[in-house]
Amino acid sequence: MQVEAYAGEEMILNMGPQHPSTHGVLRLELETDGEIVKKVIPHIGYLHRCFEKHAEKIDYLGVIPFCDRMDYIASMNNSLGYALAIEKLLQLEVNQRVQTLRILMAELNRIASHLLSIGTYAMDIGSFTPFLHCFREREKVLDLFEWLCGARLLYNYNWVGGVSHDLPTGFIEKTREFLRQFEPVITEMDKLLSYNKIFIERTANVGIITEKQAFSHNVTGPNLRGSGIRWDLRKEEPYCGYETYNFEIPVGLGKFGSLGSCWDRYYVRVREMEQSIQLILQALDRLPEGDVQETVPKRIKPSKGEIYDRTETPRGELGYYVISDGGLIPFRVKVKSPCFTVLSILPSIAKGAMVADIIAIIGSIDIVMGEIDR
Amino acid sequence: MEYLRQVLLQKVAGFDQLPGSLQVFIPMLLGCLLCLGLVALFPLFAVWLERKVSAHMQDRLGPMRVGGWHGWAQTIADGVKLLLKEDIIPAEADRLLFKLAPIVVFVGGFAAFVVLPFSDQFIVSDLNIGVLYIIAISSLGVVGIIMAGWASNNKYALFGGMRAAAQIVSYEIPTMLAILTVVIPVGSLSMQDIVRAQSGGIFNWFIFQPVTFLAFWVFYIGTLAEVNRTPFDIPEAESELVAGYHTEYSGMRFAFFFLAEYANMFLVSAIGVTLFWGGWQGPTWLPGPIWFILKAMALVFVQMWLRWTLPRLRVDQLMYVSWKVLLPISFILVLAAGILALVTEGHLNE
Amino acid sequence: MKKAVEILEKIQKNFPDKIVKSNMEVCQPFVVIVPEAISEVCAFLKEDEAMAFDSLMCLSGVDYKGSKTEEERLEVVYHLFSVSQRHKFVLKVELVRETPVVPTVEGVWGIANWHEREAYDMFGIRFEGHSDLRRILCPDDWVDYPLRKDYVPPETYQGMPAAASKQFAELAQEGEELGTDPYRAG
Repeated sequence: MQVEAYAGEEMILNMGPQHPSTHGVLRLELETDGEIVKKVIPHIGYLHRCFEKHAEKIDYLGVIPFCDRMDYIASMNNSLGYALAIEKLLQLEVNQRVQTLRILMAELNRIASHLLSIGTYAMDIGSFTPFLHCFREREKVLDLFEWLCGARLLYNYNWVGGVSHDLPTGFIEKTREFLRQFEPVITEMDKLLSYNKIFIERTANVGIITEKQAFSHNVTGPNLRGSGIRWDLRKEEPYCGYETYNFEIPVGLGKFGSLGSCWDRYYVRVREMEQSIQLILQALDRLPEGDVQETVPKRIKPSKGEIYDRTETPRGELGYYVISDGGLIPFRVKVKSPCFTVLSILPSIAKGAMVADIIAIIGSIDIVMGEIDR
Repeated sequence: MEYLRQVLLQKVAGFDQLPGSLQVFIPMLLGCLLCLGLVALFPLFAVWLERKVSAHMQDRLGPMRVGGWHGWAQTIADGVKLLLKEDIIPAEADRLLFKLAPIVVFVGGFAAFVVLPFSDQFIVSDLNIGVLYIIAISSLGVVGIIMAGWASNNKYALFGGMRAAAQIVSYEIPTMLAILTVVIPVGSLSMQDIVRAQSGGIFNWFIFQPVTFLAFWVFYIGTLAEVNRTPFDIPEAESELVAGYHTEYSGMRFAFFFLAEYANMFLVSAIGVTLFWGGWQGPTWLPGPIWFILKAMALVFVQMWLRWTLPRLRVDQLMYVSWKVLLPISFILVLAAGILALVTEGHLNE
Repeated sequence: MKKAVEILEKIQKNFPDKIVKSNMEVCQPFVVIVPEAISEVCAFLKEDEAMAFDSLMCLSGVDYKGSKTEEERLEVVYHLFSVSQRHKFVLKVELVRETPVVPTVEGVWGIANWHEREAYDMFGIRFEGHSDLRRILCPDDWVDYPLRKDYVPPETYQGMPAAASKQFAELAQEGEELGTDPYRAG
């Protein structure tokens, strides 16, 4: 008798859109045979807020708050990408203070974003305590941001030609203090979670992304670096002066199991936080004097043209394709979000995994639905 | 409950006029009611303790307001809230099984309390097959869990129920074999006999004997899995299956599952204390029951500690640990206990 | 790393009659390809060792209706990048607004699957040969294509009001009596 004759009917299990682990409103249709998943079909669009249509109705500067709301966990990086694209269209150069401030805020936000990613990932795997430790540290970063520009999560900070607020007095000392007490916390996290045998068993050898799959599906950011490929836009196509800073790019090494597993991606994020600390310290040391709004134009009216510009956000490569027709309002703004591309790889890497592994995989690719659906 | 019968004979006037069967039955009933009281009140305390323990491990405070001092009345408030909730039964659910499941789970745990030796005299029923009775009756809980998963008419609940059944049944075997390593030197299945075999000072407790020391760890890990605590809490894995087998339960029925889980935690800790940590024995400046409860609480605290530190195992890894790690170890331990008993010819504590 | 002119020459050599026009003067030079040939051109650009465009950075749809300077059409823009060679290029395809059809490049880059679904969802561009062409962001039974310039949002969707109601300031200027009921629609 053939095996197929004994195969029972597969069960269709629906995960989401309301589910504690899908990191937002993501609906996964799982076809399972017992515990093994045969097929995963992601359904997105539950958080679609028509960013691209809005961008065709408001002026260039008015689009920036909308940009923040796409990847709401790392908003500094979103508005940075857009501001850089428009500045390229206008052929506008900003001064050194603005560039340093932009890097400072982008890296602080990278730390906050990775803390959230690691904390929620630990919670998905079942370890509840690192979640609270990570959020305790993240609160300190958000307090710094609130002091700076009044907002905790959605800042409207990076404007075309400058930034919205200069540093208040005492900000630099407080940031240094935060970094001083944050470095040992990363080591504590390593001891509690990274090398915990149960955590390694759950995440190593799960969700392997090969190099070929990664390039074909345009996987970028820590997900790509977890597969051993040393590619970071901050080093390859530097912006804001990143080429003048000393930092390294951590990659996954396949320490436990195959290269490109969930553990590698998680570990890349932990080590990236350490590199961000180095970047922030260097930025604080070299902060030059200057007016942060001296190059902000009164009216933004780029000449006719188009540009595709990309930056490295905590989740990968965020691309803005802006078409200008010479008016005050953008003609077309298309956003290529990193989580969109990495979610498209889920059906191929989740074949043959168990239901618990699907949770581990989704947590490790660190998706934010706001960015996927825009 | 001979002790209680004597007390009633002396203190209550007219007790000796009751027919013989009632003279036996009433103390037994009182004893069971006392156990029921413990089973109902312990979870109240344990939930509060868990919230405080978890809070302090996570660098926060936990309940602080309800009742004044560190929120001691928090669980009472939660219990009242659960009592007042609407009783929702899903439309397509199997009504009888749905209502029966929490009761079966609860009874499976509660019925085992009657053979716990709280002190020299205070044991509701000193069965001479006490250990066998405990192992048998606590397996009843699995039936209740499967009933809950099936009757809910919900794929997630079914998943949870199946996982729980597989897990509990698998881990019972190493647990039982670990218990056997204690029974072999004692030569009796009665709980009081096992406690008495550890008398004569702290170093006679089985935890300090070579073979049973290792058996305790096997027992502890096995019972962690039996009560569905992390790292073995896959059946109720919040982030994966919403709430596992009790997804569809609300109000008092959910409270029953909750009560049953914490009562079970105390039960397995109490069994561990009886078998390995000398039961109610301790320096005489505190009475026996207090020592018993203190030791059991220490083991419960370690269970909570583990929950808030470790991630959870996946189902197949869980099965691997049970069948390929704990089971061979427990077989070897039983063999070692047998050889040791032969060699010392039952004179273990001399 | 090849210059844009060299890439253009290579394409001209291999696909001489498939190029509609090109523009090397702008900061991101582009080539407009005949729609039917886009799939072959993309496959060539990926396989060729000198070109090695192994990464599709972005695939966007654009609607040029209402533009003062461009003629009315739908366009699909492909932003290509080579990780090994570090050069970029832009391909464009111009489509008729009434019947926008273009072959899929799903076989060349896996990510094109989702990008093309989005272009279909937002603009109505049909990709021939696509394995699973259905809406991705809008609900499956949505009507019309939202990012087109002449898109009119529906009044209701499955019985629920869908059109944006007027802002209170507009209503006040039109002389409406505004009470404290926040759920007034329109």
